[in-house]
Amino acid sequence: MDMDSLDIRRTRPAKSNLITPLRETASQTAGPYVHIGCLPNSVGVKGIYSNDLISNRLLADAPITISGKVFEGEGIVCRDMMLEFWQADERGSYDNGIWQRTSTNLETGLFSIKTQMPGKISTAEGCVLAPFISVWITARGLNLGILTRIYFPEHENVITQDPHMALVPESRRSTLLAQPLDGGYRFDIHLQGAAETVFFDV
Amino acid sequence: MENSNQSISKRNYATQPKANYPDYRSTVLRHQKHELVVLPQSIADMTSPVFGHMSLGDKDHDLIINYAPTGKSAIGERISVFGKVLDESGRPVSNALIEVWQANAGGRYRHKNDSYLAPLDPNFGGCGRCLTDSDGNYSFRTIKPGPYPWPNGGNDWRPAHIHFSIFGQAFAQRLITQMYFEGDPHVEICPIVQSIGDARAIEQLVARLDMAQSVPMDLRAYRFDIVLRGPNATMFENN
Ligand SMILES: [Fe+2]
Repeated sequence: MDMDSLDIRRTRPAKSNLITPLRETASQTAGPYVHIGCLPNSVGVKGIYSNDLISNRLLADAPITISGKVFEGEGIVCRDMMLEFWQADERGSYDNGIWQRTSTNLETGLFSIKTQMPGKISTAEGCVLAPFISVWITARGLNLGILTRIYFPEHENVITQDPHMALVPESRRSTLLAQPLDGGYRFDIHLQGAAETVFFDV
Repeated sequence: MENSNQSISKRNYATQPKANYPDYRSTVLRHQKHELVVLPQSIADMTSPVFGHMSLGDKDHDLIINYAPTGKSAIGERISVFGKVLDESGRPVSNALIEVWQANAGGRYRHKNDSYLAPLDPNFGGCGRCLTDSDGNYSFRTIKPGPYPWPNGGNDWRPAHIHFSIFGQAFAQRLITQMYFEGDPHVEICPIVQSIGDARAIEQLVARLDMAQSVPMDLRAYRFDIVLRGPNATMFENN
């Protein structure tokens, strides 16, 4: 039986929803309307934020373009994905790391970003990592965001020595390579199917 | 620099939703059939864009009024949502950007792909954002979203929920999730919620009514604390 006085009940704080030991809050799908929260101006929800948050800093020079589409099983183009890109700057530093966010076009499914070629990364263990861009993808039907990487074919010499690429089955490595196209790059992502893109657990 | 530059504990998939959960039909053609490739963490995963310096608009955290003309406000039950963002070691995550989005009180989103019968509210946009303070605390004001039906092959209704996007101090901590409300009978029959097989992990997504933070004759408060992946314990000791 509850012995608290009315005044105590009127002002009772909530217990935390957390359980101990603390463990990561479960993910849930971003759903089909992720744009409202993350890119509201892009879907006509105007006037709340003056601009959509699409990068962490202005790039004076963004010479490379990367575009592509995302495909689900049965080869269907996904038109409701949100993608975030996180990469080193041209010198391989994350102190000035470049973050960008975009979505696949609601009609065509195409996404496109302009950026700099990331530099090689030297690890604390003395390894050299080939230049790459991390890509984090969320959408309806993805209960948990998924992580992949874009590598570039002109760095083949470094890629063949790369300790991370060595962990990827050889037959699937090509899914991580951007393809030169019209002066830029094409990077299609296959969530499922014969050409399923490699996704990582870090 | 707010980046942790420290490795992050491995994700515990037992308390995360299953990628392939046919009761949630959209996962069928979108889940990965190959195993994820496990990589050692690199600087790319241990750093993150940080937005603590962002100057947010004064109404960014107030969905009740941030889309409404001056003097007007959104229709619905006025609430505030507050809590802490912590990592798994219990450390507060400060300067974390939280972005939220939701349906209006009738369960309708302001999105061209949402054609639900419930009307749009001219005074409600549906998004907001805030930063955590130095103790990891955040809060925003909104109206309680309505449940809504969704195409999933049957009579499926989402529990009332608010979508959350959170940036931590490492890209490996990046999280998008949904907050539910204490006492909602839809939580236990929603396939999206139940794709999480762990009952306690589901409980952790349910915000609780907090009378202490409620404002008399104004609004009721819900508490929702969030945990991001924590620092790798062994690395932490070696530092
Ligand atoms: Fe939703």
